[in-house]
Amino acid sequence: MAGMSGQRRMERRWGLLMALPALLGFVIFTAGPMVASLAFSLTDWQVGGTPAFVGLGNYTELAGDELFWKSLSATTYYTLGAVPLVLIVSFAVAMLLNQKVRGLPIWRTIFYLPTLVPAIANVVLWIWIFNPDFGLLNSLLRQAGLPTGQWIYDEAMAIPSLIVMSTWGFGNTMVIFLAGLQGVPRHLYEAVSIDGGGPWRRFWHVTLPMMTPTIFYNLVVGVVGTFQVFNQAYVMTEGGPNNATLFYVYYLFRIAFKESEMGYASALAWVLFMIIVVITFLLFRNARRWVYYEMAGAR
Amino acid sequence: MTAVEAPPRSPRAGRVAPTAGLRGGRRYGKVLLYVALVAGAVPTLLPFVWLVRSALMQDAQMFVAPPEWIPSPFQWSNFTEALTAQPFWLYFVNTVIIAVISVLGTVLTCSVAAFSFSRLRWRGRNVAFAVLLSGVMLPYAVTLIPTFVMWQELGALDTYLPLTVPSWFAGAGGGVFNVFLLRQFFLTIPFELDEAAYIDGASPWRVFWTIVMPLSKPAIVVVTIFTFIGTWNDFLGPLLYLNDEEKYTLSLGLASFQSIYLTQWGYLMAASAAVIAPIIALFFFLQRYFIEGVTLTGIKN
Repeated sequence: MAGMSGQRRMERRWGLLMALPALLGFVIFTAGPMVASLAFSLTDWQVGGTPAFVGLGNYTELAGDELFWKSLSATTYYTLGAVPLVLIVSFAVAMLLNQKVRGLPIWRTIFYLPTLVPAIANVVLWIWIFNPDFGLLNSLLRQAGLPTGQWIYDEAMAIPSLIVMSTWGFGNTMVIFLAGLQGVPRHLYEAVSIDGGGPWRRFWHVTLPMMTPTIFYNLVVGVVGTFQVFNQAYVMTEGGPNNATLFYVYYLFRIAFKESEMGYASALAWVLFMIIVVITFLLFRNARRWVYYEMAGAR
Repeated sequence: MTAVEAPPRSPRAGRVAPTAGLRGGRRYGKVLLYVALVAGAVPTLLPFVWLVRSALMQDAQMFVAPPEWIPSPFQWSNFTEALTAQPFWLYFVNTVIIAVISVLGTVLTCSVAAFSFSRLRWRGRNVAFAVLLSGVMLPYAVTLIPTFVMWQELGALDTYLPLTVPSWFAGAGGGVFNVFLLRQFFLTIPFELDEAAYIDGASPWRVFWTIVMPLSKPAIVVVTIFTFIGTWNDFLGPLLYLNDEEKYTLSLGLASFQSIYLTQWGYLMAASAAVIAPIIALFFFLQRYFIEGVTLTGIKN
């Protein structure tokens, strides 16, 4: 028994020691900066100067900041377009691949490939695709005798263009859907077939309900990720034309690192944090109504 | 095509015969399925085709309407000229250095922490783990400014420290997800192995290093791949912390190249293709782990 308690002591000592890097990392790179940015957000602080306490001044200034509202609506527009589109496309392709398809690995690779393109290479490639004179899109449209567009160079078309671009990278979402589809128990489909149900009934009464947890996961990850879009605005559009693509994080970046207003930028960061917390909370609360958990009773 | 020759070969062909009508319907469905797959694959692959053809074309041919698809002549010099116009080879080496240091740190500190959180018993362990996990969904923008100020105060701007040191603290922030993944994996390894080793007088480190780690190769490969890709693709980090062009990463180098050669599409596409190629090559070598890894992140939520 003495040996046992010796092992306990050893586990405690090693346990703490081995968790230490992760715990320190949390304090230094997560919790600390969070508290610090909250504190910064209450100050007027130009880089190089000394911070002056202004209370909630930055937050009241935000309420009257036209560009802040502009960035919020641009980001919301983008998220509302990109997330559902990516979910629908990736779900549809996953459904196709979940049939008995010959050469599944090849198809999966084809649809996954765009996801591998590094963000900046992706952006450079799409600048060229959107090029109004010689880009891929307008070349094809012109050849088909259809009207061409100015894409990212047109105030009204800029965000829809970026939404189309984001859909190209649906591969990750698709692979997760595919794994979910392969986990739907066969006997449920058989039960519907025995009752004389066709493909549509199988889809509505088995596939869709059983997939709701996976859809929910992809929805939450998609919304949180899309809301923080940055690269497209920085490299492709610089927020333009006429601030049409002034995405939130890009605006924050500009305030912090171009205008050096660290206090105001920190307030922006905390508002973003609160927005994401609220969205996530609402999604989870709403989830009870439509997400189906098989084990709900057991838990 | 294959569907046509399948029925006669089937030993059960006789029994299936009465449902021939249904089979016809199925074959029709199969055709539709492949038509839909091709219809999806064409727009997916088209940008790649556009990338490669532009990378190998002379400007004059690129600006012809209607667009031509086969370069003539093949302008291989786009690659040599683009890749020497800026020191992309140096950017490549820089990116590899940062990625390797980050991967090593992430794998080591995340698996050590995961071992502690799954196989060692200490008071406060579960609370600590829950607190740690709360950082996963945090928007990166919230910690961005104070972290930047901290590195500035430490005089570490324009070094690789801000890009690599956090990974030696279990990835910090989003990287904590790796601790979660590894912990899930470690929990599936029989605990009797540890007990037996402890009776033989082994230390927890020995159990970790000689028993748990060798049995966890698939999970470690997954964490390695995704950390590597994350570092390889990171743009905001290098953009914030690196000034000296000698220290640029591929992403940063490509962005600066783009801002200089705005309309030199042949060069731009050649440089982009060169940045994309290593990741695609990596994918083809480790394909199974990629798909498994993405699947793992989706399922273990």
